[in-house]
Amino acid sequence: MFSAKNMKLLTNPLGASNPITVQILGICSALAVTAKLQPAFVMALSVTVVTAFANLILSLLRKGIPSRIRIIVQLVVVAALVILVDQVLKAFVYDVSKQLSVFVGLIITNCIVMGRIEAFALGNKPWPAFLDGIGNGLGYGMILVILGFVRELLGAGTVWGYRVIPESFYAHGYSNNGLMLLPPMALICVGIIIWIHRSHNRNLCE
Amino acid sequence: MKQTNAYIIGYSIVLVVVVAVVLSLVTLSLGPRQQSNMQAEKMSDILGSVGLYDAEAANKAKDKNQYIIDRYEKYITESFLVDSKGNRIPDSEQAAFASLDNLKAEFAKPEAERRLPVFVSRNDAGQVRYILPVYGTGLWGPIWGYIALQSNLDTIDGAVFGHKSETPGLGAEIATPAFQKQFVGKTLFGNGSFVGINVTKGVGSSAGNSHAVDAISGGTITSRAVQAMIKECIGDYEPFLVKNGVK
Repeated sequence: MFSAKNMKLLTNPLGASNPITVQILGICSALAVTAKLQPAFVMALSVTVVTAFANLILSLLRKGIPSRIRIIVQLVVVAALVILVDQVLKAFVYDVSKQLSVFVGLIITNCIVMGRIEAFALGNKPWPAFLDGIGNGLGYGMILVILGFVRELLGAGTVWGYRVIPESFYAHGYSNNGLMLLPPMALICVGIIIWIHRSHNRNLCE
Repeated sequence: MKQTNAYIIGYSIVLVVVVAVVLSLVTLSLGPRQQSNMQAEKMSDILGSVGLYDAEAANKAKDKNQYIIDRYEKYITESFLVDSKGNRIPDSEQAAFASLDNLKAEFAKPEAERRLPVFVSRNDAGQVRYILPVYGTGLWGPIWGYIALQSNLDTIDGAVFGHKSETPGLGAEIATPAFQKQFVGKTLFGNGSFVGINVTKGVGSSAGNSHAVDAISGGTITSRAVQAMIKECIGDYEPFLVKNGVK
């Protein structure tokens, strides 16, 4: 169940094969929803749920899927899961779902989801496929949460909506960096994370 | 394995039917909850325009939506529709709230057919406020808001704005208290005719002007959209305002 091989499926995407910093997938949403920590966290959770269950379901179906309509079947399953997630968010965390706006729907086009189905789920048993989905979702989510934390802290002086930079700082001339809240700065932050990551993993450098 | 066309067609049909059934079940079961979220959001915006909505208290409440509904019922004493001549339409209490769902269509109708909602609140001190919804087009998508007027139907008591997808940090600033509190105390009428609220360029540029607020720097198109929205939507209420308040 949790053999060394299976655990690798979970932990590899967190480091050596991280979808964002190594495979450079899912950048668009990583820039769009990370201006604040809370939406970044909810997005991370949503993508993890979708990749995990899309991998699981398609791995279960893998022997019956007609190869000629393979991609269509994958899309139907992924789209259905995304709609489910969207509906649940609208019902239970309405405020956050408003902030995420179109980006929940756009999980369908997130390269990580389709990429893992094609590359892993269709050729492996359900349980490893499920773990692989969770691992990749978490690998993606980890970067989102880091970005959300940094951008909210420097851009708005808050974390999870709570003020952490005291008012006295502002009185002495400190001010929030508005650029942090814009997507270009997020891209620069992703670049910095990739830089740090590669400088610790020499074998990732070309 | 060679798959026949019949197998492929059969497979697609079964897959689509299964997915459709699952999705319909989920939508049906979560629908009422989503409806009540959207309704509570409108109520909290209406209350927010007169400063009677406390987001922190609402988040702490055990049932947020119920908390909002309770407050709405306590403070919003009346709601009704008015026609283009400014006459109140009898028995339109329910219709007034329901009309918030298709404001865009309502403002677009020819003048004679327009039925616009008005909400009346009375706070703990007994002050009466008239709350009018506005709806317009921003840079990237729709923007909307509620303007609360004092009982002279001229002086603005408060305003809230919302948007679907304005640029964060720029146009999206219309949804912040810093922008909205500028409207407090401004007046819609000057020398007996309707002026609306203009946006002027530069921080502090609107000081002393009772018909203007500072635009958001970097958010010019959204700021102008707010100006146009107030002019058009509140302008449509002019007969009602003139009839009931402004001299």
